[in-house]
Amino acid sequence: MVDVLLGALALGLLWSVMTLGVYISYRVLDMADLTAEGSLTLGAAVAGSMIAAGANPLVATLCAAGAGLLAGLSTGLLHTKLKIPALLSGILTMIALWSVNLRVMGNRANVSILRLNTVYTFLQNWGLDKTTSMIVVGAVCALAVISVLYWFFGTELGSAIRATGNNEHMVRAQGINTDNMKILGLVISNGLIALSGALIAQSQSFADIQMGTGAIVIGLASLIIGEVLFGKGGFYKRLVAIILGAVVYRVIIALVLKMGMPSNDLKLFTAITVAVALSLPRFKGYLATLKRSAKGEAK
Amino acid sequence: MLKVEQVVKVFGHGTINEKVALNGLNLSLEKGDFVTVIGGNGAGKSTMLNSVAGVYAVDDGKIVIDGVDVTHLSEHKRAAYLGRVFQDPMMGTAADMTIEENLAMAARRGKKRTLRWYITNKERKEYTELLSQLELGLESRLTHKVGLLSGGQRQALTLLMATLQKPKILLLDEHTAALDPKTAAKVLELSAKLIRENNLTAMMVTHNMNDAIKYGNRLIMMNEGQILYEVGGEAKQLLQKEDLIALFAKKAGDGLVSDRVLLS
Repeated sequence: MVDVLLGALALGLLWSVMTLGVYISYRVLDMADLTAEGSLTLGAAVAGSMIAAGANPLVATLCAAGAGLLAGLSTGLLHTKLKIPALLSGILTMIALWSVNLRVMGNRANVSILRLNTVYTFLQNWGLDKTTSMIVVGAVCALAVISVLYWFFGTELGSAIRATGNNEHMVRAQGINTDNMKILGLVISNGLIALSGALIAQSQSFADIQMGTGAIVIGLASLIIGEVLFGKGGFYKRLVAIILGAVVYRVIIALVLKMGMPSNDLKLFTAITVAVALSLPRFKGYLATLKRSAKGEAK
Repeated sequence: MLKVEQVVKVFGHGTINEKVALNGLNLSLEKGDFVTVIGGNGAGKSTMLNSVAGVYAVDDGKIVIDGVDVTHLSEHKRAAYLGRVFQDPMMGTAADMTIEENLAMAARRGKKRTLRWYITNKERKEYTELLSQLELGLESRLTHKVGLLSGGQRQALTLLMATLQKPKILLLDEHTAALDPKTAAKVLELSAKLIRENNLTAMMVTHNMNDAIKYGNRLIMMNEGQILYEVGGEAKQLLQKEDLIALFAKKAGDGLVSDRVLLS
């Protein structure tokens, strides 16, 4: 049981980097960006292929994140310059990335990096086991990312991006090019998601073309769990809450699988979780109305 | 300060809903002018302001601000010259951000956004000082979210934001129309005060004839995308509301009964 929970913690930390990326598009920019599904795989494919070709795992991981930046740029340009709706722009990039990812992996559906050096083997060489190495790398990455995000979104540029997701009209009236802010937000978001993909691929010793399927929903589920359970307080606390949300999501998944839920039902379970979480505010409102009307009748 | 020359703006070109909003509009503002703009619905008042602000491209004509031809400049580039307050109190501020974040963003209007921290301590002191002059109790709420403020407070804040970085022209688009009469009067007084103290050039669209007469040194009446009547200086000070209604009826012809009612 402890092993299961530690494994969930490790996986949750690796996925938390992705969740932070989803936070930037979904919450900061107020955009549902489906590029995530493709950019997660892109990160995995780039890191996997480079490591398989003998590259340094750190360099491969950074290149993976760089590739993610480009994926975000593509969606950003489609949306702002060509005026394609955000949702469709993301879908277009996602679909295009399917082919790109296959090419990156040498026209194969997966790349194995079993027994090759990864970012985790550095720590494993010091005597840590695989799960602990994943936890250390995941925690360091997640904390580094939220520290940078906390600083960045406090700068003039960062607050202009936040304002763009809040009230574009006002932002333009303050002399800011909202198109550029959206592009920049999407670039950062997908860079993080690809970084996460690279970390996940190295943890499971392979990259697979299917890896990203459903990633956006996993990201949203983690995000919402984090916000509901830990989300009160300032910006830094909210960022920490997202990491915790990603971990809790993995723990929940690990537990339901342990309890005997077939793993094929996982995506259905996740989708239902997100649907319920997203409709919670409405449901609460409905309950309040019921209570009020019940009181009214009592009088 | 502002020259609008032969500006044409048509919405829904070639469709059944085609509407000529500005029909060869000419207007010239001198430095320090405070012009009030009246006219019926669809007269082109808001379209004129939005054309100056660059919300959409005009179909023909030229717009010059302080000697710079801005006709083809995008909205965010023109913002360097303009302070704007909108009819909808929600529009001028970012609700999920704090009062000081909104102010700091406005203070950097027209400047490049860098990786410096969004606000300095010096600015915080300045903003506290400026907010206390509004006498709305906002000076102690710098880190509160703007979404928690009332419509009047938000409009007052937007006004302050629009003038924080002195604009070449201040554009007020029925900015008190969504407020209750008492708050509207307060926000109007504040607008006039800021314009006076900063010696701003301003244009204010209003549906209220009394306000149009009371404020500003010039008044223009618009109809069908053109200026129907203009008055300034002493003549404006002597103007009565009844004169305006009569004038409007005469100039605009008889087909505009509903507009006449609206104007009164």
